[in-house]
Amino acid sequence: MIDRRLIHNFDWGLLLIVVLLGAVGLTTVYSAVTADPPPAAQKMLFYKQMIWFGLGLVVMTASFSFSYRVLERWAHPIYIVCILLLVAVVVFGKLAGGSRRWIALGPIHLQPSELIKISIVLVLAKYFSKGTELRGVGLRELIRPMLMTALPCGLIVIQPDLGTAGLVALIAMTITLFVKVQRRTLLLLAASAAAVVPFVWSLLKEYQKQRILTFLNPDQDPLGAGYHIIQSKIAIGSGMLYGKGYLQGTQNALSFLPEEHTDFIFSVLAEEWGVMGSLALLLLFLVLILRGLSIAHRCRDPFGLILAVGITSLLAWQVMINIGMTMGLMPVVGVPLPLISYGGSSTLTVAICIGVLMNVSMRRFLVE
Amino acid sequence: MEGFLKTEEPDGFKPRIVGVMLAVLALFVLLVLRLLYLQMVMGEEFYRLSMNNSIRLQTVDPPRGLILDRNGVKLAENRPSFDVSFTPKDAGDVGRVLGELAEHLQSPSEDLLAKVKYSRGLAAFKPVLLKQDIGRDVLAAVEARRVDLPGVSVQVRLRRNYLFGMNAAHVIGYLGEVSLDELKSGDYPGLRSGDAIGKFGVERTFDGYLRGEPGGRQVEVNANGQVMRVLQTVSPRPGRNIILTIDRELQQRAEELLEGVAGAAVAVDPSNGYVLALASSPAFNQNSFVSGIASDTWESLISHPHRPLENKAIQGEYPPGSTYKIVTALAGLEEKVIDEFTTFDCGGSLHFAGRDYRCWKKEGHGRVDIRRALAESCDVFFYRTGQRLGVDRLAWYAKACGLGARTGIGLDQEARGMIPSSAWKKKRFGVPWQDGETLSVAIGQGYDLATPLQMALLTAAVGNAGIRYRPTILQRVETVEGDVVFQAAPQEAGRLPVSPRTLKLVQDGIWGAVNGDRGTARRVHLPDIEIAGKTGTSQVVGRKDGADDYIPPHLRPHAWFVCYAPVGAPKLAVAVVVENGEHGSSAAGPIAREMVKAYLRKAPPEAQRLAVVAGGNG
Repeated sequence: MIDRRLIHNFDWGLLLIVVLLGAVGLTTVYSAVTADPPPAAQKMLFYKQMIWFGLGLVVMTASFSFSYRVLERWAHPIYIVCILLLVAVVVFGKLAGGSRRWIALGPIHLQPSELIKISIVLVLAKYFSKGTELRGVGLRELIRPMLMTALPCGLIVIQPDLGTAGLVALIAMTITLFVKVQRRTLLLLAASAAAVVPFVWSLLKEYQKQRILTFLNPDQDPLGAGYHIIQSKIAIGSGMLYGKGYLQGTQNALSFLPEEHTDFIFSVLAEEWGVMGSLALLLLFLVLILRGLSIAHRCRDPFGLILAVGITSLLAWQVMINIGMTMGLMPVVGVPLPLISYGGSSTLTVAICIGVLMNVSMRRFLVE
Repeated sequence: MEGFLKTEEPDGFKPRIVGVMLAVLALFVLLVLRLLYLQMVMGEEFYRLSMNNSIRLQTVDPPRGLILDRNGVKLAENRPSFDVSFTPKDAGDVGRVLGELAEHLQSPSEDLLAKVKYSRGLAAFKPVLLKQDIGRDVLAAVEARRVDLPGVSVQVRLRRNYLFGMNAAHVIGYLGEVSLDELKSGDYPGLRSGDAIGKFGVERTFDGYLRGEPGGRQVEVNANGQVMRVLQTVSPRPGRNIILTIDRELQQRAEELLEGVAGAAVAVDPSNGYVLALASSPAFNQNSFVSGIASDTWESLISHPHRPLENKAIQGEYPPGSTYKIVTALAGLEEKVIDEFTTFDCGGSLHFAGRDYRCWKKEGHGRVDIRRALAESCDVFFYRTGQRLGVDRLAWYAKACGLGARTGIGLDQEARGMIPSSAWKKKRFGVPWQDGETLSVAIGQGYDLATPLQMALLTAAVGNAGIRYRPTILQRVETVEGDVVFQAAPQEAGRLPVSPRTLKLVQDGIWGAVNGDRGTARRVHLPDIEIAGKTGTSQVVGRKDGADDYIPPHLRPHAWFVCYAPVGAPKLAVAVVVENGEHGSSAAGPIAREMVKAYLRKAPPEAQRLAVVAGGNG
C-alpha cells in the first residue's frame, strides 16, 4: 500500500507551478501555430501538443511512483541504453534539416539526445554521491565522469547538434563544480584548456573557424542566424509594456519568426503579452528553479541531493539559453524552452525531470 | 570506488545550494534587464519596425566567372538584364497595379495574376518574379510610371552572354535553372530555386569555380517597398575566371570547315595533351539557353537527325577504320610477327575461311612492306598481320594506346569506345570469337569503336615519341584580382608500349601517306609544313560484293583523318570525322589540313570554304 506520508509530503506547490507553465505553453503554442497557413493542418500541431502534455502527466506520475533510490541502481543500464540509442541515430537516424537526431519507431520519433540529458545526471549523481569530502574531487576521480560525458557529447556532435552537446557538457560541468573540485585540479584543467584551445583553433580550416565565430556571434551572419535574431528582437521589443494582445502578434503572424512554435516561442509570447507577460513567465521559471534547489536543500541523501541539483540545472540552463538566444544574448542553438516549446521528446523529458524532482521531494523523510 | 569522498553527511552541500540559488538569481536579473532594455528602452523603435514589417533580406548574386580561351579572348561574360518583380504586400490594389503593368509588359494580366496567386500562400512580403530580361523601352516605361505602380520593382541581374554564339558550344556548354532534385541532393549548398547552374560542358564541369558565393543585404523598406536604408551587407564572392586550353581561332576555323556536315574535329598539343580545338557539328546557340530555352527551339534541337546537342568529339563512337592500322602496325612490329622487311602480296583480296576479304583497291597493291602498307592503306597486309597477332594481342595494344577507355577530359558523358577481345565476345554474346572477325578488327571495322578525341590523342603520342598525355581543357583558374587558383600541368597517361624503332617505322609509314607518290592522303600535302597522317573510311553497313549499288546517304561510310604536324617536333595533332563522308582523303583530310594551316601559319588566308562534302576518290 501507498505510504500515507507520501501523499502527505506530495509537492503540491511544484505541481501548481508546472500546471501554470503548461497552461502558458499551450496557449502560446496555439498562437504560434495558428499564425501559419494552412490553419487546419497547423491546428493539428496544437492538438498533438495537448496529447503530449497528457502523456507527460502520465510519465511524470510514473516517475514519482517508485522510490528514486531505484534510479541509483538503474543509472548505468539506463546510460548504456541511451548510448546505444545515440549510436543507432548516427547509423540509421532520420534526416531532418541536415542532421540526424531522430529514430523512427513506427509513428513515434524518438530523440535520444533528449534522454541522455537525464541519464548523464543519474550516472554523475551516483558517482559523486559515494560520500562527501570538503576537500573536493581531484584529477584522478574526474577521469571517469569526464569520459562518461565525452562519449555522448561526441555522438551528439556527429549528428550534428552542437547546441545539445554543449548543453550536456554544461550540465555535467555544473554537477561537477557543485560537488566541488580541488582548487589545484581546477587550475590545472583551466590552464590545460587555455593551452589546448589556441592549438586546436590553429588546426581548424578557415570555414570551420568562420562557422564557430558565427555561432558565437550571430551578427556576423546577417543573412542567416543574424536575421532570425533581429526579427526575434523586433518581436520581443515591439511587445512593449502590455504587448500587442493575444493572437495579435504581427511578427508571429507574418512568419518573420523562424521556428516560432519551438525555439523562438518566447518571442511570440513577449510580442503578444509585453513586459507584463514576459516577466510573469520569467518569474514562474525562477520559482520553478528555486523550488528544485530547495528540494535538494531539504534532501538528506547525497544521491537525491545531487540528483535534484542536476535535474534543476538541466531545466535552468535550458531556460537561460533559450530565452537568452531569443533576446540576442546567446548563440542560436536548438534548445527548447521547458514546458512551453512544442515538441514530444522535449515535453516528455521535462515531464520525467519534474517527476524525479517530486520523487525526491516526497521521499525526503523516508531516508534514514 | 576508492571512497575518495569520506563522510555520508550531505550537510556540507547545503551552503553551496544557497550559492547556486544566488547565481540563478543573478542570471535572471540579467535576463530581466535585457528584456526591459528591448521592450521599454528600444520598444518604440522595434514597434515601428514591426508595424512596417520593414526589414527585408535581399540576395546579392555573385557575378559568374568569365570563360576565356588560351590567348585571353573572352568566350563567356555577364551582361546586365532587368527583371520585373512584384510584392503583393506593398501594392494596395493588386488587380489595378497588375492590370496596368500587363500593358507595359505586353503579357495578359491573368497570367501575371496567376503567378502572384500561386505564390500568395507563402508570404505576401516576398517579391514574385513576373518577367525576366525586359527590353530597354519596357524598362523606361515602367520606371517612368513608378509612382503609380506600388509594389512593382525592377532588379538588375547579371545574365550569361556568350560572345561567339554557336562557337565552341559543346565545350562551353550552357546554364540552366537548378532543378529540385539537384537542390535536394545537397551538392549545391546555398542555392535557392531559380538560381542558375552549369548544365553542360565547361559551365557544368567547372561550375564550382565559376559560381562564386552569393552575398546579401538586410534592408529597411518603406510602405511602397522601396529601400530606405541598408542595415548590413555581405558582399558576394565573385566566381573564378577560367582560362581554357582552347584556341578560339582554331576552334572557329574547325567549325567553319565542318559547316553543313555532321562530324567532329579535335586538335591537341602533342607535347602536353592540351586540347586546342574540340568542334562538333552541327552545333547549337548557347545564348538561347540563357533565359530558359523556348520549348519549340528545344524540340527542334532534340529531334534534329544530326543530334546537335551531342558533343561528337567525345560522345561520338565510330569504327576507326583504316586509322586503326596504326595500332595494328605497332602491335605487329612489336610482337615481331612482322618486321621492317616483311612483305605480303596483295591481289585485291584475301581468301579466308570460305570468304573473300577485300582490299579497298580492287586491282591489288602487289608486294608491299609495312611502310607502303601504311602509306597506301593496304587492307590485305593488315589482314595478314592481324591473323598472325590474334584478336587478344591486338586488343592489348589498342588498350595500351588509350583506346576502349575514357580519356578523362572531364566533360559530359564521355564515351569509352570499344575494343573487342575473345573473352568479351564470349561474355557478351555467348559465342566464341571467329577468326574471320580478327581480320575486320585489324583494319578498324567490326566491333572496333573510337571517339575522335581518343584518335587525336593516339596520333599525338605517335608523333611525340610515344608519350601519351591525359587531355586537358582547363589551363588556369584565376580570381577576379588575377591570383592564380589552379594551374594545369601536363599529366602523362602512359607510353605507347613500343620500341623507338617500331615507332619510327610507323611514323615513316604515315609520313608516306601524305608525302609519298602513291600515298592515300596526297591531297593533304602542304609545301611548307610537313604533315604525317592516316586516312580512314569506316563502314556503316557491311561491304557487299556488288559495290556499285546505290547507297543511301545515311548508310555511306564515315570519313576519318588523323595527323600531326610538323613532323619532328609536332605542335598539333588532329583527328577529324565526317559522318557519311565516304572517303577520308577527300572529306576529312582537307579539314585537318586547313586546321594545321590555320594554326601553324597563324595568319590564315581569308576564310575559304571548302567543298568538303563533295565526293572524290581516296
